[in-house]
Formats: sequence, C-alpha cells, structure tokens
Amino acid sequence: MEITTTELKRCTVVKAVGRVDSYTAPELEEVFKGVNDQGNYKLVFDMTDVDFMSSKGWWVLIETQKVCKRYNRGELVLANVLDRIRESLDLVGMSTYFQIFDDVTAAVGSF
Amino acid sequence: MRSVRVPAKYEYLAQISKFVGKAADDANLDDAAIYAVQLAVDEACSNIMEHAYLGKGQGEIICSYEILEDGLKIILSDMGKPLNPEDVPVFDLSATLEELNRGGAGIYLMHQLMDQVHYETDPQLGNKLELVKRKER
Repeated sequence: MEITTTELKRCTVVKAVGRVDSYTAPELEEVFKGVNDQGNYKLVFDMTDVDFMSSKGWWVLIETQKVCKRYNRGELVLANVLDRIRESLDLVGMSTYFQIFDDVTAAVGSF
Repeated sequence: MRSVRVPAKYEYLAQISKFVGKAADDANLDDAAIYAVQLAVDEACSNIMEHAYLGKGQGEIICSYEILEDGLKIILSDMGKPLNPEDVPVFDLSATLEELNRGGAGIYLMHQLMDQVHYETDPQLGNKLELVKRKER
C-alpha cells in the first residue's frame, strides 16, 4: 500500500492508495503514529484512492482519533470516502466518531 | 462448486477477496452486494487467521462458493481451533469513542452484511463457515 503524508499550515494530510485490510493496516498505523509523534494531531485522511477497508483499518482510525482528540488538541477527519465503505462504517455505527467531508479541500478547510 | 486453497496468512486476503468478488459478480449480485461479500469474507478470514490459527501464519483456508438461484453461498473451511460463540464479546454500538472496544466487531459486521451466517465445527472435519448473500428483489 502506498501512503503519503503532506504537512500543511493548518493540518497534515495522510493519503493511502489501495486496500486497507489486516495485512496493510499495520503500515497505516505506523504512519499515523509517526505523524502523532511529531506533534501533529489535526489530521485529514484522504480516502480518495482507498477502495477497500476492513474493520482492522477502522480500528487504526479509531485509535488515531482517540490520540488526536485527547486534551482537545485536534481531530482526525476523513475525506472522500467511497459510498460502499461509508455504508459499511454506518453498519457498525463507526461513522459517528468521524467528520466526513466530500473532498480534501473541505476537510482541510475545517481546521 | 469452485474453490481456492490459501495459506492462513494476511497477505493472501487480497487474493481471497478477488476470488469471491469474481464469484459474486458471476452470481449477478449488484456492486453493493459484491462489496458486502468481499468485506464479510475478509472479516471471517482475518478472524480464522487470528483466532483459529492463533496468528501464527500456519494452516490453510479453503474458500469455496456455490452460485444459488437467488444469490451466492460462500463456504470457508479451516482446521484451526474451533470458535466458541460464548467467547465472542457482544459488540457495543452505543459506546463512546474512549469506551469503544474492538471485540466482536468483525462477527457483528458479518451478520449485518450477509443474509445467512452458519458456523459448525467437527473434530475430524474442522470448522466450516457458510455465508449466504441473496440478490436484491
């Protein structure tokens, strides 16, 4: 899985390409941890090119959200989530833990 | 019935996903149902790798399918440790972010995505999970 990180003035954008499953989720987890370790807690996850996401991937996002929201220091927001992924998030009630924006510009603008 | 046999390792999840995706397409399921089958099978196989085979990367999973008149049946077989349904925590949908606990989420999701989920275990034949997805009427 290809993951890129871009630091902007107001937040950091993490973009992943491909499948997030039990095999690739640890890679994503490492990237988010690294971003947090550098003191970045205002994050956008650009999901434009994520075509599959299992619960293992959502737990990475949930754990990252917990870290970001601690002490009100930030938040992880999601951008451009495929309908089918969003529907499966809704099924387990997980979409309530995230703000979801239609595109990256809107997500970045939320900070 | 067609089937594929893969090592119980996470790197094979994509291959299984492709296999069942093609099966769901051949069964004329719509795009949402194809994704539901792929996601349910991924959750099931991840659980087999993690819990039945204890995450050691040993053992195999056989994934078979049968196209039904009104949908698709997927059968996952393994020879790992049997699942005791009483050990599976009930997934709490109303938890706050801090309370949220991952236990039971995969199985809960599987039941939400599929029309039928049936599990059986046999000391000789191993574990068998049947998942059925029916076409939208």
